[in-house]
Amino acid sequence: MNIYAENILDHYWHPRNKTHPLPAENIKDGGRVTHEEINESCGDSLAIRLTISAGRIASIQWDGSGCAISQAAISMLSEELAGKSIADAESIKKDDVYSLLGVPIGPRRVKCALLGLHALKNAIKKFKGEPPTGWNDTAGSSV
Amino acid sequence: MLDTASIRRQFPIFSRKIGGRPLIYLDSAATSQKPLAVLDRMRKFYEEDNANVHRGMHELAERSTAAYEGARTAVHEFLNTRYPEEIIFTGNCTEAVNLVARSWGRAHLREGDAVVLSALEHHSNVVPWLQLKEELGVEVKWIDCDDHGRLRIDMLDAFLREGNVKLVSVTAQSNVLGVRPPLGDIIATAHAHRALALVDAAQSVSHHPTDVQALDCDFLAFSGHKLYGPSGIGVLYGKREHLESMPPFLGGGMMIREVYRDRFTPADIPQKFEAGTPPIAEAAGLAAAIRWLGQFSWENVENYERALLRSAWEALSSVNGLTVLGPGSSSPRLCSGLSDGMDSDVSGCLSFVVTGVHPHDLTEILGCRGICLRAGHHCAQPLHRQLGVTASTRLSVGIYNTVEEIKLAGQAIADAAGALRP
Repeated sequence: MNIYAENILDHYWHPRNKTHPLPAENIKDGGRVTHEEINESCGDSLAIRLTISAGRIASIQWDGSGCAISQAAISMLSEELAGKSIADAESIKKDDVYSLLGVPIGPRRVKCALLGLHALKNAIKKFKGEPPTGWNDTAGSSV
Repeated sequence: MLDTASIRRQFPIFSRKIGGRPLIYLDSAATSQKPLAVLDRMRKFYEEDNANVHRGMHELAERSTAAYEGARTAVHEFLNTRYPEEIIFTGNCTEAVNLVARSWGRAHLREGDAVVLSALEHHSNVVPWLQLKEELGVEVKWIDCDDHGRLRIDMLDAFLREGNVKLVSVTAQSNVLGVRPPLGDIIATAHAHRALALVDAAQSVSHHPTDVQALDCDFLAFSGHKLYGPSGIGVLYGKREHLESMPPFLGGGMMIREVYRDRFTPADIPQKFEAGTPPIAEAAGLAAAIRWLGQFSWENVENYERALLRSAWEALSSVNGLTVLGPGSSSPRLCSGLSDGMDSDVSGCLSFVVTGVHPHDLTEILGCRGICLRAGHHCAQPLHRQLGVTASTRLSVGIYNTVEEIKLAGQAIADAAGALRP
């Protein structure tokens, strides 16, 4: 199966909720939190900015450069997240992201597909004042 | 002339299909494929000679020791070192550079001393020195390069005049741009200021002859697996007087002369730096690789690979939106360079970026067509940062590649780039 399916390329070419550049601050600021993660195997970086109100994600913005898979994944995830409670957002698993993408993700593309999820998880951790989690937590120990 | 058809038949992997298509392997800068001569030698070693080395009086121990020490002699001749004991076997090229940093560096460097690197370096020749910077307060200075990958040798002169430079550590060939710095000048200049010179020859050894006495370098490192040999073995060459003045690297069996409850005395070189059971079958495989490559003249290898790179540049430069990094970024220079012998200074690989197309996506699509290229920062983040790109795609060649393969790859790159752009 071609992983460059129409919906992947659509999100890649027309990313949803991408905001370039993100507001500069990278610290917890009232109901907002910004966090950036890097895929160290290719150097791609992705920053996510959550606006949280009454325990729910009121809005999500993100910015970054990357391959079609990483960009489509965060674009789809960002649509999924709007209005979700923090607890629901925290419960999103890698398989949920793979389902959104709807194409087979082999071992070499795991980090591409999950960079957005990893940034989301650690943005929420940062919001809650908890230490960041490693890739093993987001992607399993296979990466 | 090289008989490529005959060469290819000696590599079992080229009979393999990927997704029903023939394998087109253009990733030899990451690791080369292995000829039967190497595979057979390693299998024969395990089937007939396997024993530990330098231990035991039985026949197998003698045969394995002869294989291992014979490999040292083969590398000694391959690099034209003055003495065989100037060859230390390590796990890979990275470990060889680390050996110099940890042993020579810790013994001879103090806070305020400087190590000079070039912007072209692979992380393996960057991080060991940054570790010494953290540990000892050693300064790490960088020779910049221009957009063509040419080093600013004037910066080296200026650093050396400051008087605190103890080592200049540079690559013989960039693993991204294929650029070959002027090693002879760099080494002579370093020596004129009483600094030592280390050469990272990982990328150059399979493409050009290496003569450490002509270079007059103090250390030189490479790995077996980029030289048509096995992974798991690397080589450090060091001038005897340096190696003798250096403390051991790892401690354990083989590297000692005497051990007491409270002290030990180290063995002489090279054993001093070879703690534990070494990569014995890999050494035999490396020697076989050197013998195998030695059947071709360097002139033929260089001419053939130059023609491959020329066709690669032609194929790539016709792709819409594609920019070759480094020397290839300015087509007139590369063209003339290529036609009159592509210089001397580009070899082994070309890297490129395609507007709007991420290297991961490009190489994923190529991979589905059986075409293997490397994508990413190629363990050279400082260089990519200097060139202003996050990641690139690299096409690299070995003597088994053909112009036809490169043309097919060029067409596939154009197709994939077209499919990934709106």
